[in-house]
Amino acid sequence: MADVATTDTTTTAGTDDLVVLTGVNKHFGALHVLQDIDLEIARGEVVVVIGPSGSGKSTLCRTINRLETIDSGSITVDGRPLPAEGKELARLRAEVGMVFQSFNLFAHKTVLENVVMGQVKVRRTARAQAEAKARTLLDRVGVGAQADKYPAQLSGGQQQRVAIARALAMDPKVMLFDEPTSALDPEMINEVLEVMRQLAADGMTMVVVTHEMGFARSAANRVIFMADGRIVEQNTPDAFFTAPRSDRAKDFLSKILHH
Amino acid sequence: MNVLFTDDNFTLFRDGFLRTVELTALSGLLALVLGVLLAAFRVSPVPPLRIFGTVWVNVLRNTPLVLLFFAVVFGLPKIGVDLGYFTFAVLALGCYTASFVCETVRSGINTVPLGQAEAARSLGMTFAQTLRLVVLPQATRTVVSPTGSILIALTKNSAIAGAFNNAELYGVMKTWNELGYKIFAIFFWIALGYLVITFAISALFRFLENRLAVAR
Ligand SMILES: Nc1ncnc2c1ncn2[C@@H]1O[C@H](COP(=O)(O)OP(=O)(O)OP(=O)(O)O)[C@@H](O)[C@H]1O
Ligand SMILES: [Mg+2]
Repeated sequence: MADVATTDTTTTAGTDDLVVLTGVNKHFGALHVLQDIDLEIARGEVVVVIGPSGSGKSTLCRTINRLETIDSGSITVDGRPLPAEGKELARLRAEVGMVFQSFNLFAHKTVLENVVMGQVKVRRTARAQAEAKARTLLDRVGVGAQADKYPAQLSGGQQQRVAIARALAMDPKVMLFDEPTSALDPEMINEVLEVMRQLAADGMTMVVVTHEMGFARSAANRVIFMADGRIVEQNTPDAFFTAPRSDRAKDFLSKILHH
Repeated sequence: MNVLFTDDNFTLFRDGFLRTVELTALSGLLALVLGVLLAAFRVSPVPPLRIFGTVWVNVLRNTPLVLLFFAVVFGLPKIGVDLGYFTFAVLALGCYTASFVCETVRSGINTVPLGQAEAARSLGMTFAQTLRLVVLPQATRTVVSPTGSILIALTKNSAIAGAFNNAELYGVMKTWNELGYKIFAIFFWIALGYLVITFAISALFRFLENRLAVAR
């Protein structure tokens, strides 16, 4: 990625980098979805990933907690390479929170139980303590009153906020968001983005795949533009949105900004 | 019709009936435990386990049960394993039925959206936890009804054990037949014995189905 501007040379061999991808390649059959991806994400940084459909944004996100395996290259989280399948990997996943487009709340459990379960089963936290923490987190994302309902009884916006609370309950070092507002009705998008903005302000390291330009401008430190499995361009939100350099990015921005 | 009330026939029938119940219950339990385990193997990330599950299901589901009884009852003693006819019957019936349970559970697992398992894994749950805490509970409702049918089939299949030295209902039938009782009277009582068991299983599973339906 020679044409990338804001890589302030070598800052003491990445002691401050929380997530580092080096030369990552991934194929789905003949399709080369991730092509030589190099990416460093600093502690506390908020990175927004945008790009046309099929460019590999979700796949990139999912490789970071190894929901997708990679063919070559390396990924480290907090200095440790991603372990292969097994207990080690499970432990790492607990430190990487993930929020999905379709919420994926456990349908057979109450909202409270959704947030308690990981703490008790993975972290082995005592139940009372886990419940107290779950209630605090649910209050924080504004759905404390829904604790005893089942996911299906909540609106999409509420479900997504519960999903964020569920991920936060594990005290993750980094949070991955894959189009967290794409499945939501317009009036619910902001309540979710507001929670995410707050999270960013509190210093959480975040990777967010989204087309919400307002969020990118107000909360992101860096925008990464992907196309055809490559990182084509990256810059600060202001610089990227006002003066994209590549033709792909210009073309993409003109499409999403004018309709 | 008064076969049942002559000589020791009632005791014979009662013991045969209880034996069939026992055989069905034990091999049913074995089939359920083994079947769920095999289903877990078949969806596991470990290739050798997947292969084991696939081979088990495809061999046992596609082989006549009588053949399996032959292999177990006459084969195992040849390699020094002699557990008695009843245990042999439980093993043959349980292993055979487990392959059907496995496929039912597996299709139930496939009805649970993939996102549920992904969410569980992203929280740091192991494969076993994901299956036990998230996927299987949600698969249960679709699995209950076909599992009832499998256990009813098992009850009827248990008659084959009668042909391999087990004094269960079918064994009673053979005895009565040799004693020369009227075929219709024999049929009536033996069929009644099986019907009682299969109706009980139907009722139990209808109850379970209703309970799972009201829970949420
Ligand atoms: N499991 C899979 N098997 C095969 N191909 C896949 C799989 N998942 C994704 N792909 C393909 O890989 C490419 C990149 O997919 P990905 O989901 O990462 O794109 P994306 O940038 O997130 O797109 P979108 O904006 O539509 O979500 C697409 O062409 C997609 O069809
Ligand atoms: Mg995507």
